[in-house]
Amino acid sequence: MIFLTMKVAKQTFKFFVLISMLFASTFAMADTPINKDGDDGGQVDTKKEVEDYILHHIQDSHDFSLFSYTSDAGERKHFGFPLPVIVWSSNGLVSFMSSEFHHNDDGSVIVEKNGVKLVKSHSKILELDAGASAVSYDAEHHATNAHRVWDFSITKSVFGVLVIGLLMLFWFSGLARQYKKKQIPTGFGRVLEPLVLYVRDEIARPNIGEKHYRRFTGYLLTVFFFIWILNLLGLTPFGFNVTGQLAVTACLAIFTLVIYTVSGNKDYWMHILWMPGVPYLIRPVLAIIELAGALVIKPFSLLVRLFANISAGHIVVMSLIAIMFTLKESLGVVGATGLSLVLSFFITLIEVLVAFLQAYIFTMLSALFIGMAVAEHEHH
Amino acid sequence: MVTYNLIGAGLIVIGAGIGLGQIGGKAMEGIARQPEAYGKIQTAMIIIAALLEGLAFGALFLGK
Amino acid sequence: MDKLLNDFSPGLFVVQTILLLLLILLMVKFAWKPIMNSLNEREEGIQDALDSAEKAKLEMQNLQADNQKLLNDARAEREAMLKEAREIKNSMIEGAKEEAQTQANKMIAQAQEAIESEKKSAMAELKSHVAGLSVDIAEKVVRQELSNKDKQLALVESLLGEAKLN
Repeated sequence: MIFLTMKVAKQTFKFFVLISMLFASTFAMADTPINKDGDDGGQVDTKKEVEDYILHHIQDSHDFSLFSYTSDAGERKHFGFPLPVIVWSSNGLVSFMSSEFHHNDDGSVIVEKNGVKLVKSHSKILELDAGASAVSYDAEHHATNAHRVWDFSITKSVFGVLVIGLLMLFWFSGLARQYKKKQIPTGFGRVLEPLVLYVRDEIARPNIGEKHYRRFTGYLLTVFFFIWILNLLGLTPFGFNVTGQLAVTACLAIFTLVIYTVSGNKDYWMHILWMPGVPYLIRPVLAIIELAGALVIKPFSLLVRLFANISAGHIVVMSLIAIMFTLKESLGVVGATGLSLVLSFFITLIEVLVAFLQAYIFTMLSALFIGMAVAEHEHH
Repeated sequence: MVTYNLIGAGLIVIGAGIGLGQIGGKAMEGIARQPEAYGKIQTAMIIIAALLEGLAFGALFLGK
Repeated sequence: MDKLLNDFSPGLFVVQTILLLLLILLMVKFAWKPIMNSLNEREEGIQDALDSAEKAKLEMQNLQADNQKLLNDARAEREAMLKEAREIKNSMIEGAKEEAQTQANKMIAQAQEAIESEKKSAMAELKSHVAGLSVDIAEKVVRQELSNKDKQLALVESLLGEAKLN
């Protein structure tokens, strides 16, 4: 009993060390340089500003900022830390810390490295064309004299992925190590084991089938926990929006696509390309439809569903929080704050459910698609 | 232009809403009729709802 | 759609692909494989234990059935033995009764025979006696008659009465 308590205490201690390290680095970086009128989401009051702020949050960002405020002296103070920017420009690989942009997001701060001029505009790194000294925009706010570069930066999303990846490795290899010593896990492993069993017995086994499910459980488990934990991370005040990035969900969907395409058996391909049991004239038409379904529609629906649900969730939660400012005049400070708190509390509860549901649906549909590809049909 | 997009989005949401209602309602009926098939009905319901959702989102984003 | 495509970051996609691939490989190697193996092992262990328990139960049932059978047999045997004993007893009693009866009959017959022979011998004695007596009477009568006729008659009378009494 004492041993157990000590262990729990140790674990808790570890967790606090981690958290405090995070915060220590946060405050250490608190004195990052200041830019008064950069598009960093500054003070948010009007509806337009709220909308811009939310859309800004939905995007990936190049530094990890928790919050910012304007000090009495009129300076913008940012709490957070910069992340490395790594881009493949026309002059090769360039890397520097994102603090060099001074939280600027409208392209007015120019960083010159390796002979290329880089600016950050709407969370994207642009390279100025040769000879240009400032970004100019056209009517639709597209940069006219700058082009996008391959951006391999450790952005906030990549940072989140790294943290969650390490955390998952730490947790589950810990669980694996526990099994070596005893049959039944203790502590946090006791929480993880039923989840692992759930994915295996409720998602992988019934959808893929008894014969083949073992091969794919690893992928399904990884994807399930990856999506779920990142979804939940998106609900914390750290402000991650990893599973709301199209690139991330597209990557996940393409993994599923590759897996079920590669592991599809002869029957699967025959049913796609030369559907048995229908007139010969219809078969090519059907093949086109089936091919489009298998290679485009299925992954597209996977990636769009996850992206849209999570983004929509973030937008709704933030809009409800923004009621505090937008309805301040018509409802009064107390009324607007109370309404905002109640609504955002309940919608956050729903978002917790959605976080699980989307991870479940993604994994489940992946399992279903894989199951369709490896299913052995009875021959007619 | 923006207004048309909004009308389109509204139509999509109405359609998806009707569809989801049908799925959910029928699933409930099914469960009430055969409570022992709860798990299977739920799984099928979620899959169909997910497909519908994918369709609706696809339409929404094509219109955006 | 344009805005979405504009938001899509190819760099993030590449980084994410590499990281996810790495994560999947590492997780499969360090977590899922050992976890799945242990879980399967444990489940098989539980299944084995259940199976063996089921087997033990079956054996127990068999044993119990055997016991019951033995008990039943023993009971039947006892029953049979008791029945046999009862029969023997009855037959013995029956036999004893019969023997006693025959013995008694025999004794009665012997007694009767003895009585008969006694009777015969008594009769013979009586006859000889009567004969002697009648000779005596006749002697006396003859003697009396010589003296008194009346007296002789009376004598005969009385003698006869005596003789009858005899």
